[in-house]
Amino acid sequence: MAHEPEPRDQLPPLADAAPAYPAAPAAPVLAPATPTPPTHAAGTAPALSVRGLWKKFGEKIAVAGIDLDVPAGSFYGLVGPNGAGKTTALSMATGLLRPDFGSVHVHGLDLWANPLEGKRLLGILPDGVRLFDRLTGAQLITYAGLLRGMDRETVAERTADLLEALGLAADANTFVVDYSAGMTKKIALASALIHAPNLLVLDEPFEAVDPVSAANIREILNGYVASGGTVIVSSHVMDLVQRMCDHVAVIAGGHVLAAGTVDEVRAGQSLEDRFVDLVGGRQTTEGLSWLRTS
Amino acid sequence: MVAHLVRLKLTLLRNTLKKSVWQTVGLVLGILYGLGVISMALIGLTVLGTTAPEMAGQIITIVGSVVVLAWWIVPLFAFGVDATLDPQRFVTFAVPQRQLLAGLAVAGLVGIPGIVTLVASAGTALAWWRSPLAALAALVGALLAVALCVVGSRATTTALAPLLDSRRYREVLSIAAFVPLMLAGPIIGWATSAIARGQEVLPVIADVLGWTPFGAPWAVASAVSDGAWGLALARLAIAVVVLVAAWVVWDRALAKALVAPHGGASAGKSKGLGWFDRFPATPVGAVAARCLTYWFRDPRYSGSIAVVPLLPVLLWFVGSSMGIDGGDGFKELMLVLGPVTAFTFGFAISADVAYDHTAFWTQVSSGVSGFADRAGRVLAAAVIGVPVVLVFAVASVAFTGRWDLLVATIGLSLGVLGAGLGVSSVVSARLLYPVPKPGDSPFKSPQGAAMATLVAQMITMLVLAALCLPAAGLALTNVLTGAAVWGWLTLVVGVGLGVVFLVMGMRWGGRLVDQRGPELLQQVMSYK
Repeated sequence: MAHEPEPRDQLPPLADAAPAYPAAPAAPVLAPATPTPPTHAAGTAPALSVRGLWKKFGEKIAVAGIDLDVPAGSFYGLVGPNGAGKTTALSMATGLLRPDFGSVHVHGLDLWANPLEGKRLLGILPDGVRLFDRLTGAQLITYAGLLRGMDRETVAERTADLLEALGLAADANTFVVDYSAGMTKKIALASALIHAPNLLVLDEPFEAVDPVSAANIREILNGYVASGGTVIVSSHVMDLVQRMCDHVAVIAGGHVLAAGTVDEVRAGQSLEDRFVDLVGGRQTTEGLSWLRTS
Repeated sequence: MVAHLVRLKLTLLRNTLKKSVWQTVGLVLGILYGLGVISMALIGLTVLGTTAPEMAGQIITIVGSVVVLAWWIVPLFAFGVDATLDPQRFVTFAVPQRQLLAGLAVAGLVGIPGIVTLVASAGTALAWWRSPLAALAALVGALLAVALCVVGSRATTTALAPLLDSRRYREVLSIAAFVPLMLAGPIIGWATSAIARGQEVLPVIADVLGWTPFGAPWAVASAVSDGAWGLALARLAIAVVVLVAAWVVWDRALAKALVAPHGGASAGKSKGLGWFDRFPATPVGAVAARCLTYWFRDPRYSGSIAVVPLLPVLLWFVGSSMGIDGGDGFKELMLVLGPVTAFTFGFAISADVAYDHTAFWTQVSSGVSGFADRAGRVLAAAVIGVPVVLVFAVASVAFTGRWDLLVATIGLSLGVLGAGLGVSSVVSARLLYPVPKPGDSPFKSPQGAAMATLVAQMITMLVLAALCLPAAGLALTNVLTGAAVWGWLTLVVGVGLGVVFLVMGMRWGGRLVDQRGPELLQQVMSYK
C-alpha cells in the first residue's frame, strides 16, 4: 500500500493551510444546510488508511493490529459488540489517542506525523466525552469554528445553517448542559461539520437521537457523501448500517473480522445474522424458565 | 428494614475502602479526628460539671444549638456529600414508607459525624454529675437533640430537594458557601474575643436559644437543675413538637419525591454569542471567550471570583487582630492585598486542563496550536485579573495612606500576576491532578486525589514564590529604606520579569500541549 503524499494542489481546498476558510463556494447549489462538499482528491489514496494499529491499556489489549482502508467517497460502517475496540480504534484514527504501534493516513497524509494538517481534514464526533456544556448551542458551534481559524462571517452563516438543519434553531440560546442526550449528539455533530471536513468520523452518532432527527442526519450525511465526502460511523444497529452504508467492517476483540462492501461482508445473509455468525456468543440455553408468566 | 439499611450503609462503606488506599487513610484520619472531638467534648463537659450550673447550662445550650443548626444546614450547601442512601434510589423497591423512614433515620447516624454527635450528646449528662436528676434530664434531652439533628437534616434536604435539583440554584448556593467558609476563622476569633470581653451577653443568648428548637432539648437539664419544672416541661414540649413536625415534613416530602420524576428543571438560556462577539475572531479570541464564559458561569471558576472581594475583609480581620496594645491594629498588612489577589488570579488557571475534563478533546481534535490555547486562557484570566489587581493595589495604598509605596505595590502586583499566569500555563499542561468535575460542587474533592493535588499545588506555589522573589525583595527594600528609587526599580523589574515569565510560560506550556495533547486527554479521561 503506497502512502506517497499527493501533490498539494490536488488536495481538497481545505487541506491548503490557508488561515481563512473559503466561504463555501459550492454550498448554495445544494441544500443550504449541507456543509461544503470537498472536491475530493482525484488520487487513489484512501480517505483513511490504517495499518497495524495496536493499543494496550495496562494488561488489556484493546486493539490488536487493525488494518483498514476506507475508500474516499464511501459511507463506511464500523460494527462490533460492546468492548470490541471500536471507540479505541476510532480515537487513534482521529488523533485523540496515540497508538502503541501502527500508522494512520488521512487522504495520504500521515496523521501522527503531521497532526495539525491531518486534523484539518477531519471532523469527529467522539463518544463518551463531555462538551464545553456551559456554552449555549450557538456558542459551542461558533467556538468549534473559530478554534479552527475560520472567519466570523462564515462561522455565523454556517452556525445558523447547521442549527436549522439539525432542528436546534429554537434551542440555539439554551445552555448545552440543559440539552437532552439526543440534542447533545446533534450539537456535537454540528460542531464536527462546521469546518466542512473531508472525512467525518462519527462514533455512535444515532444513539439517543429521535427517529425524525436521525432521518435528518442521514439525509445530511448522504448529501455529504454524494458530493464526495467520506463518512465513517460506528454503530450497534446492524439494520441501520445495512441500509445506510456502502462499506462495512466488523470488529471484535480488537481485530477486524471482516471488511469490504456491505454486500461482500454479509454474503447473502442479513448483516445482523452474518454479524452474529462472525462474532459468535449467542446463548442457546433453555435459561430463565421461571421468567415465563404462564 | 432498619437493620437492612444500616447493613447496606456499612457494606457501601466497606466497598469504598476496598477501592483505594487513600480512602482507608481518609477514614482512619476521620476516625482519629472523631475520637479526638469526642474525648475533648467529654473532658470539657466533665470540667464544666465543676463550674457553676448556670454557666454549664448556658454553654451546652449555645454549643448544642450550633450542632443542631449545622446538621440542618450543612447538607444543603454540601450537596452530594453523602448520597449513599439517597431516597431516590429506593423508588423502584416496594418498601413501606414508614419503614423506609425509620431505616433512613437510624442509618443517618451510622458514620463519623453521627456517632460523634451521639456520644458527645450523651456526654452532656457528665456535666450534671452533681445532680442525678438533671443528668437524667440531660440524657433525655440529648436523645431528643440527636433525633432532631437527623430528622431535621433529612427534612430540610428532602423538602428542598426540588430546589436543589435546579442547576442554577445549586451553583449559586455552592458559591455562597465560600463566604462563611472563608470568613469562619476570623469571625470565630472575633466572636470569642467579644464574648470574653462581655460575659453578660452569654446568659441572654443561651436564654433565647433555649426557646428555639435548636437549643430547647439542651436547655432541659439546666431547668431541671434549677428546679424550674414548668420551664423544663415547656422546653421538652418544644423539642418534641418540632421533632414531630420535622418527621411529618420529611414524610410528606419523601412521599412526594418518590413519585415525582427527577430533573425537569427549566433550562437556562442566554442571549446571543456573549463574549464570542467581543473577542477577535481568532483561535486565541475563541479560547479566551470560552474561558471567560466559564469564569462567570461555572461555579468552579466563579468560586475564585467570589473569593476575591473577601480578601480585603480577611486581611482587615487579620490585621486588626494583630494590633499591638489595643491600637487600631497592623494596618499596613493591607498593602499585600494587590500581590495576594494577583497570586490568586495567577493560580486560578493552574488546573485549567483538568477543569476542562474530557471536553479538552475539542482542543485536541481542532488542531489549535498549544500556544494559542495557552494565550487564550491567560487572556481570559487577565481581562478580569488586571483591572481587579490594579484597583486593589491602589485601594490598599489609599487605605493605609502609604502613597510613597504606590509604585512598588503596583510593580509587585503586576509582577506576581504575570509570573503566576506564566507558571500556571506550564503547570496546567504538565502537573495534572483530579479536580471537581464540570457540574460538581467546587467543594467536592475527587476520590484518592489528595496527595497528587497537594504535591502539584505545593510545587506550583514554591516555583511561583521563587520567581516573585526579585520583585518582592526590591519592594521590601523600598519599605525599609523609604527611598523612592527602589519603588521604581520594583515596577521595572516586576513588570519586566512578569512579562518574561509569562511569555516563557505560554511558549513552554504551548509546546507541552502540542506534544502531549492526546496524553493529556487520556489523563483527564482517567479521572472518573
